[in-house]
Amino acid sequence: MTAVVERIAVPTLALLASAVLFGLLLAIYARVDPLEAFALMYQGAFGTWFSWQNTLTRAAPLILTALCTALPARMGLIIIGNEGALVMGGVAAAAAGVAVIDAPAPVVQLAMAVAAMIVGGLWIALAGALRQWRGVNETISSLLLTYIAIALMNHFVEGPLRDPSSLNKPSTWPIGDQNMIGTITGTDVHWGLVLGIVACLIVYVWMRFTTWGFALQVIGGNPKTARMMGLDVGRYVLLACGAGGAMAGLAGMVEVAAIHGRANASLAVGYGYSGILVSFLARHHPLAIVPVSILLGGIGASGGLLQRRLDLPDAAVVVLQGILFVAILASETLYGRLWKPKEAA
Amino acid sequence: MENGGLGLWGVPLAMLAGAIRVSTPFIFVSVGECLTERSGRINLGLEGTLVMGAMSAYAIALTTGSPWLGVLVAACVGLLLGALHAGICQLPRVNDIATGIGLMLLATGLAFFLGKPYIQPKAPNLGAIELGWWSGIPQVRQALQVNYLFVVGIVSAFALAWALKNTRWGLIVRLAGESVDAALAMGVPVGRVRLIATAIGGAFAGVGGAFLSLYYPGSWNEGLSSGQGLMAVALVIFARWDPIRCLWASLLFGAAGAISPALQSVGITEGYYLFSAAPYVLTLGLMIATCSPERALRGAPGELGAVR
Repeated sequence: MTAVVERIAVPTLALLASAVLFGLLLAIYARVDPLEAFALMYQGAFGTWFSWQNTLTRAAPLILTALCTALPARMGLIIIGNEGALVMGGVAAAAAGVAVIDAPAPVVQLAMAVAAMIVGGLWIALAGALRQWRGVNETISSLLLTYIAIALMNHFVEGPLRDPSSLNKPSTWPIGDQNMIGTITGTDVHWGLVLGIVACLIVYVWMRFTTWGFALQVIGGNPKTARMMGLDVGRYVLLACGAGGAMAGLAGMVEVAAIHGRANASLAVGYGYSGILVSFLARHHPLAIVPVSILLGGIGASGGLLQRRLDLPDAAVVVLQGILFVAILASETLYGRLWKPKEAA
Repeated sequence: MENGGLGLWGVPLAMLAGAIRVSTPFIFVSVGECLTERSGRINLGLEGTLVMGAMSAYAIALTTGSPWLGVLVAACVGLLLGALHAGICQLPRVNDIATGIGLMLLATGLAFFLGKPYIQPKAPNLGAIELGWWSGIPQVRQALQVNYLFVVGIVSAFALAWALKNTRWGLIVRLAGESVDAALAMGVPVGRVRLIATAIGGAFAGVGGAFLSLYYPGSWNEGLSSGQGLMAVALVIFARWDPIRCLWASLLFGAAGAISPALQSVGITEGYYLFSAAPYVLTLGLMIATCSPERALRGAPGELGAVR
């Protein structure tokens, strides 16, 4: 029982502490009434049906990119190349969509999703493989791969895949309106949200009820034990990283097929980085990722309102995310210290 | 002719110029991180420290008119961020890799937040030493304009290498990095040593940021740093925790970073974006070449868990 209370109390404390710190920053530096700012943020995130839809639309890619950190984290790897996998997935999806543009819409969408998942999966699996067989630190390599991915995207949208009519913002050819993923009936929220929630459910079942998922946890808990049990660690590294990368790639596909209609620099707007934060806030638990993504999506959605009403820089939201991240990590130390365990001697 | 009739010779020359100009932030960040890692702590957040240093140096130089005061403030900001990282990491059960990522996000966001008013105006730049006075070719002259900070960076790399090897203080840092047990047995306060080493490492990164905003490229905007701080951390691994080797590696990275603008300056624009990925590919390639899954790297501090 204590454990459950603790798992709710500690993150809540961290959330409150971040809110206080952020409020102080607003009050002292920006001379803005923090209570007014928080009220506005609530308004912009969850206040109206319109802002709810905005929030949920932003939550969709966060759910998918968060899985890119969460899955490898289950076996003790810290992958932060989510943004790169998202970008590569988006470019691959656009390329695949354009290649089969005249096929029926479901076929085009399937081709886009498969292409994005394969490319995104390979992208992160590469970081996992380098870790497993060359001992290269996966955190650094996956972030370097992100910079490479963005350079590759720039190369493709400026060169081989460029639509000559996209003058101001170099982009790939459009995938065609008829091939776009529609919105959930009665809302402006696209189906990517459902895709993300289903993905989280699948990952949860996979982790919780299959031997593969169990093997992953064993490796995360103690790699030496895992090896002695005869588990092929390398295969599971590829599997976890590949599956995580595929999810981030899918996020890129959703952004292309539901929002932009083509791949361009708008793909790299930081969903990947926020996804890292979501995963850590959710303690890498697939089911916790959904509500945390909605919370973070809400913070992101409220940025515009803060900017318009209080004249705050758009980075205000990023600052809050950063404070939240550090506070949550620092709060790890509180576990087991708030209450004394019963059997303590 | 734009390149003064140098033709393709302009490419290696521009790369030399790049090695001198682009490498300075790498030198500062990697030398600082070298000290931090030798004490047994890893700070992945230096990318954020770099951006924060760049912003604060620019803001101070703009408001006071003195770029050197900006450099000093950038160092202080870096010192604080480093101390914050060390302080959080010292709490039990806190992961230093994850904290580094968190602080990277926080410091970058904070720099964009606080630095918004300084994007347009022009702050005074740091001066340079003209080493190309003997040459009549303007490109050579430009290439040999050496900033004072570049010299400071080289000196501090050698100074750190000497201090780590020959002073009592260097021995204490190395001891904290090699074995906590031995250090505690000797009565060395490991936590305090790491706190100081991480704070000083942060200060170095802050100065590296000041170079970015006050000399080259010499302005403040949100796209100022593109992973230099992170590459410098990777570079420390490649340089096997030796400040002098960090220096050579930084020069190499500076040259790699200058490839695509250099090619563009002689009229080769094909694959500009591919060449702009060169430093990242180089970093990754070097890490693949130098790391090994079987053994810890030669020269790796024993307590450094992150680089297994």
